[in-house]
Amino acid sequence: MNTRQGLDIVNVSKSFGAQPVLIDVSLSLAPHEVVCVIGASGSGKSTLLKSVNLLVPIDSGQIYLDGVEITAVQVNANRIRSKMGIVFQSFNLFPHLTVLANITLAPRKVLGLDRAEAEQRATDLLERFGLLDKSGDYPDRLSGGQQQRVAIVRSLAMQPHLMLLDEVTSALDPVLVGEVLEVLRELKQQGMTMLIATHEMGFARGTADRVAFLHGGTVWERGSPEVILNDPKRPETREFLRRIVDSGRL
Amino acid sequence: MFVAVALWAILTSDTWPRVRDQFFNVDHLIEVWPAVLSGFWLDVRMFLVAEVLILAAALLVAVTRSLRGPLFFPIRALSILYVDLVRGIPLLLVILLLGFGVPALDLPGVPRSALFWGITALVISYTAYTAEIYRAGIDSVHESQRMSARSLGLTQVQVMRHVLVPQAVRNVIPALLSSFVSLQKDVALVFVLGIREGVREAQIYNARTFNYTGYIAVTLLFLAVSVPVARLTDWYGRRDRERRQAISV
Repeated sequence: MNTRQGLDIVNVSKSFGAQPVLIDVSLSLAPHEVVCVIGASGSGKSTLLKSVNLLVPIDSGQIYLDGVEITAVQVNANRIRSKMGIVFQSFNLFPHLTVLANITLAPRKVLGLDRAEAEQRATDLLERFGLLDKSGDYPDRLSGGQQQRVAIVRSLAMQPHLMLLDEVTSALDPVLVGEVLEVLRELKQQGMTMLIATHEMGFARGTADRVAFLHGGTVWERGSPEVILNDPKRPETREFLRRIVDSGRL
Repeated sequence: MFVAVALWAILTSDTWPRVRDQFFNVDHLIEVWPAVLSGFWLDVRMFLVAEVLILAAALLVAVTRSLRGPLFFPIRALSILYVDLVRGIPLLLVILLLGFGVPALDLPGVPRSALFWGITALVISYTAYTAEIYRAGIDSVHESQRMSARSLGLTQVQVMRHVLVPQAVRNVIPALLSSFVSLQKDVALVFVLGIREGVREAQIYNARTFNYTGYIAVTLLFLAVSVPVARLTDWYGRRDRERRQAISV
């Protein structure tokens, strides 16, 4: 137990079988802070986010949310999860439910809101993100960008303290990436604490308070976006950024 | 063409008049029809009662089997044991054991009706198979659906109820319909308990007259139900495929 607000990841390690994925990772987010995690595929970004959401049990270390150790054995994982939103690369909307039903399901079943309250909350959010006219549609009628924005709204409807975003633009057409990043920028303006795994370096530079470069399951280098993205100290970071530039993403 | 030749060969053969009298005799058909029809109506009612119970019980078995974590281990183990055991026993044996065995125990408060135990045997046996159909459906829903539902704070049971099962059922409707056809025929097996359903009536008539037209009559009745269901299954499968293709365009 500590009294710090925000997210504290302390010495977290995780292996899948004999394969270490996270090695002694420590990372903290103050309230309202936005941290972008960058790194090659397989560097452990996704596992880090999923372990914070308790979707992947860690082998050692602790994770604290607002001072409470959420990796302790006796915690109610469902209650913890309802305090943080996670959005995945592949949207994962429920295809058999309308947009409105996708968003109201968890507030009704987990938070116990009645239908009218939950729908009001969903409608307000949809309006804010320009999706109100989609509320009666099924997910397969929406573009990828719209689906991903709905997925973000679905998480926001739980009024999370923290948002985890796992490469949320990686599955999108380049022309649709902008509308999703715009949503994230707006969330930052409203003070949402966010841990974002991303390959969008331009976005990280403009939006992140800090950037952490993950390499081989450890935080290889961290600092302000200016330092990490423009003038990294370590050769692996430079090499990673050079490859990103070559692929035209910076 | 081949069918026409075969038909011609049969109808012109020396034995055809005997076959016609034994199997396709109109006078016998008129005589046996009322009994076979009312027996078959009992088959239909047994089928309907059993199918409703099977669909509900099998879903319960499949869901309990798909729950994860040590907390659900006992109930999960029970489901696996049930499915493994029951699927390994011939349906006819279950019918005989329950239909003759249980009433013979003469236990107080336990029904002795052959009809009751016949339907119970059908439900017990088919629940195991149908649970496996449902389970295949639950497994066919992508893991990411479970994960994203869990990440919203829904419990395992809520995830099943609101996210996995609705999608699973939609995926296995063709398989369920085809198991309907199978059960719709297998209800006739309870005739071994002396229940006067369609096949039993045909058998009784045959024993009395040595004529097989009754069997043909009940065959036609079974076909009249199962062929449309088979067509419906195909139609649904095709429509479902077209719908999915339309989405991916």
